[in-house]
Amino acid sequence: MTPDPSPAAIQAQGLAKRFDKVQAVSAVDFEVRSGELFGFLGPNGAGKTTTINMLTGLARPDAGTIHISGVDCTKNPRAAQHLIGVVPDESNLYPELTGFGNLCFCAALYGIGKTERRSRARELLDTFDLAGAADRKFGGYSKGMKRKLAIAAGIIHRPDILFLDEPTTGIDVASARQLRRLVRALHKNGTTIFLTTHYIEEAERLCDRIAFIVSGRTIRTDTVENLIQPVRDTHVLQVTCTGRTKDLADTLDRTFPDLAFAFPEQGMIRVTSGSPVRVGPLVRFLEDRAVEVTEAKKIRPSLEEVFIDITGVKAEIMSREKEKTGGGSR
Amino acid sequence: MNQWIAFWSIFVKDLKTYYLKPPNISWGLIFPLAWTGMFFVKTGSDLSSIPEVLPGVMAVSILFGTTSMLAVTITFEKKNRSFERLLLAPLSFEILMLAKTSGAILFGILNALVPLFLAVWLTDLSQVAWGVLVPAVFLISVASTFMGLFIAVAVSEVFEAQTFSNFFRFPMIFLCGLFFPVSALPFFLEPLAYFLPLTYGADLLHGAVRGEHTLPYLVDLAVLAVFCIGLFAVSLFNIRRRWIA
Repeated sequence: MTPDPSPAAIQAQGLAKRFDKVQAVSAVDFEVRSGELFGFLGPNGAGKTTTINMLTGLARPDAGTIHISGVDCTKNPRAAQHLIGVVPDESNLYPELTGFGNLCFCAALYGIGKTERRSRARELLDTFDLAGAADRKFGGYSKGMKRKLAIAAGIIHRPDILFLDEPTTGIDVASARQLRRLVRALHKNGTTIFLTTHYIEEAERLCDRIAFIVSGRTIRTDTVENLIQPVRDTHVLQVTCTGRTKDLADTLDRTFPDLAFAFPEQGMIRVTSGSPVRVGPLVRFLEDRAVEVTEAKKIRPSLEEVFIDITGVKAEIMSREKEKTGGGSR
Repeated sequence: MNQWIAFWSIFVKDLKTYYLKPPNISWGLIFPLAWTGMFFVKTGSDLSSIPEVLPGVMAVSILFGTTSMLAVTITFEKKNRSFERLLLAPLSFEILMLAKTSGAILFGILNALVPLFLAVWLTDLSQVAWGVLVPAVFLISVASTFMGLFIAVAVSEVFEAQTFSNFFRFPMIFLCGLFFPVSALPFFLEPLAYFLPLTYGADLLHGAVRGEHTLPYLVDLAVLAVFCIGLFAVSLFNIRRRWIA
């Protein structure tokens, strides 16, 4: 047997971390292959940022091991830092420096000489469409611009592995789209990307493989294809209506035994079936019970169904998080 | 990797963005002038008494300039998370913290030069032992800066940095022998004075400017150097324990 010559880009085994009385991470295990775009998906407070902090050397795990390109980071956290770039969930650049100044400063932190760091900063400002704001202070940038510059700063030293923590959270739709294009381009150029997000569609669209994390534990790691496979042939109908639909749960189950009903939020019924759902009888049933149906649409089964099924996290929790953090994922 | 490129960039950035800003330059000018003016108004002395007040004004200028600035800038960077960016860089931790403190050390030295230049202009300082004064100013600046670092690690808010600094600074000014000799302190406070780095710095400055010192210069310099190393080591230990927990 020929051993695999290249070590995994990131290997985390049995990671655990406690802050006072809070067990932030209790059992995180995964492996990210070189050149892969790996998604780390979970609701807020699941332990995503704590995991990133441990992987990047900003926090020490209480238990477990981390290897970055074969380097044991639990023993020597500084050793792997020249291989990685980090874009945190909140901007950590200098508000008093210009965009250009920030990039040059970040390049200098990696020992890049003056001429090279200036040309690299200009190149990245062009790539990220920020050349026009190069001489403006970072503190005056919009959220989307700040996010773009933070990513540029994260890759200024051409790292092999890039950690992106919630890159599109809190920014407008257009900027989020542009950022996703940039992430795809980086991935295409061979950078290994570790992306944490609570936007399920974003993870589905971008990632090669995904790990689900809930309450500090990785529950499942697989390719997007394999994760979606069980629901691929499922038919899902989303019915929007007025009235107290949850009260009808038992009657619906009895009347339509072949269908599965879920009530993700008030005034919404999600119907799942192994065969196409017949809308007519269902609408009639509801309207006979004074529930007015305003919309019934077929929806494509997505990773969201899988995530909810595997993790047990309710759909409304993820929806609330989308609302709280803005519309970046659209 | 060339760590000195990172060191130099951090040092220059801090100088430009924090220390050499107009409000800080004016602070560096006004602070020693205010202390000197206070002394003359209180004692009714003439310019010939400048050598008497010079060590105190220099030491206080360094102490206030360095501890305030460093504690505030590091707390500010910690608060807005830009300090994280430094921690993520592949830099030795010691070099990183030396780079962060070098700007404050230089600022402290510049603060001491203001009253010194004024004194050179106003009075005869031919008796000054420059070979003692220069290392004394440097070591006081380093010790005060590392004290600021120690304070920065202990607090989480910018305003706490200021109040916590005063908790150390004001007792130190009155106990270290700058304005009255340590031997004049009540017997129960006298031993306390020898646990303060500024006591040794003040002794060096008094010796360098007026020839009056109680301990040999080498002892003062050595103890001050030990304080610098100790404060730096304790601060690094605390940063590792608290910020990379």
